[in-house]
Amino acid sequence: MTTEIYIPIKTLCTHYKVETSFFQGLNDYGLIEITTVEKSPCVHKNHIKNLEAIVRLHQDLNINFEGIDTVLNLLQKINDLQDELTAAKNRLRIFEE
Amino acid sequence: MAFIDYYKILGINKSATTAEIKKAYRKLARKYHPDVNPNDKTSEQRFKEINEANEVLSDPEKRKKYDKYGKDWQHGDAYEQAQRQQQSQRQYQQQDYGGGNFGSGNFSEGEFSDFFESMFGGRGAARGRGRTAGFRGQDFNAELQLDLKDVYKTQKRVLTVNGKNIRLTIPAGVENGQVIKIPGKGGPGANGGPNGDLLIQFNISNSTNFKRDGSNLYATESLDIYTAILGGEATVATFDGKVKLNVKPETQNGTKVKLKGKGFPIYKKEGEFGDLYITYTIEMPTKLSDKEKELFNELKKLKS
Repeated sequence: MTTEIYIPIKTLCTHYKVETSFFQGLNDYGLIEITTVEKSPCVHKNHIKNLEAIVRLHQDLNINFEGIDTVLNLLQKINDLQDELTAAKNRLRIFEE
Repeated sequence: MAFIDYYKILGINKSATTAEIKKAYRKLARKYHPDVNPNDKTSEQRFKEINEANEVLSDPEKRKKYDKYGKDWQHGDAYEQAQRQQQSQRQYQQQDYGGGNFGSGNFSEGEFSDFFESMFGGRGAARGRGRTAGFRGQDFNAELQLDLKDVYKTQKRVLTVNGKNIRLTIPAGVENGQVIKIPGKGGPGANGGPNGDLLIQFNISNSTNFKRDGSNLYATESLDIYTAILGGEATVATFDGKVKLNVKPETQNGTKVKLKGKGFPIYKKEGEFGDLYITYTIEMPTKLSDKEKELFNELKKLKS
C-alpha cells in the first residue's frame, strides 16, 4: 500500500532521466519533500504533479532552482488572484439585471 | 490547409542564423510555456506553433525544404515525392542542435499542424534533448453547465469523459467557476506512475429571481402602499417555497428584511444555509378614482 502512495526517487530518476542529486537539490531548496520509506527516498504521489512541472521548467526552459521557486510562488499568487477575481465577479452578478 | 509562416511565428527574418533562431525560440518558449500559463488555451496554441516553427527552422534539412518551396509547398510536395522515388535510399541525417522540444502535461508533442504533416510527412524523429513523457497521467478538464436550481441540493450525476462513465456527486452550494478535482480519473500514468485527475469546472447560470452572494440570497418584493403604511402580511417566495411575513406599519421603500436560514446551502456543510434578504419596493397606486383622490387630499391637509 505504501508503495502505491510513495514513489521511489530511483523510479523517478529512471523516468525523467535525471540524477538522484537533482531531487536531493530540490529537497534542499524546499521545492519538494522527500520521505524515506523502507530506507528508500520517496516522493508522495500527490506531489508528482508539482514535481513534473518543476522538471519541465528546469529541463525545457533551463530555469535553476531559485528561478523555479520564484516562478512557483508567482504562479501561486496568480492562482490566488484568479480565485479572488472569480469571487468578485460572482458578487458583481448581484448588481446585474 | 493554409501556409504557415514559421519565420513570422518566431519573429525573425529569413536570413536568421541558427543562434538567432534558438534565441527567438527560447525567448518565446519562456513566455508561452504551458507551465507558466496554466489553463491558458491561447498560450498553449501559441506554444505549439512556436515548437513547430523551431522544429522546422532549427533543422537544416527541413529549413532548406521549407525555404525552397515557401508558399508553393503543395507543388513542392509532389516534386519531393518524385525525388523520393528516384532516391529511395536517401535518409536524412539526424543532427543534434540541443534545441530540445518543449511541452507540458497537457501538451502532446505529436500535435503538429496539417501543414507540417503534409510537408514533412509526419512528426519526424525527435531531435535534440527531446522531452520525457509524463510519469503521472494527464489531467482531464471538463466543464459542467448547471442552473442555480441544480445546485440547491446535493445530487449525483454520471458524466462521460473520454468514453468513460464517471459517477459524480455535486455538493449543494457549489459556486460558479469552482473547480472540483476527482483524483485518479484523468489519463493513465506511465511506467506505473499515478493517474492524472479529472478537473470539473462548474459554470452556473441563474434563471431564478434570486441573486446569490455565496450562501446568501437577495430578492425584491413589492408591497402595496396600504400594507406598507398600515402593516399587515405579505407572502414572499423563498428558494424552497413561499412564506408569510409580517410587515411592520410604516415600512419604508427599500426596507430590507433578513430571513435567517432561508438562503443558499453552505458548501459542504450539510443542513446549513445562508440567509435570504428581501428588499421591499412600495408600489404607488395609479389610476386613482375621484374618491381616492379626495381621501388623499384629506390626508394631505391633515399633514400640513
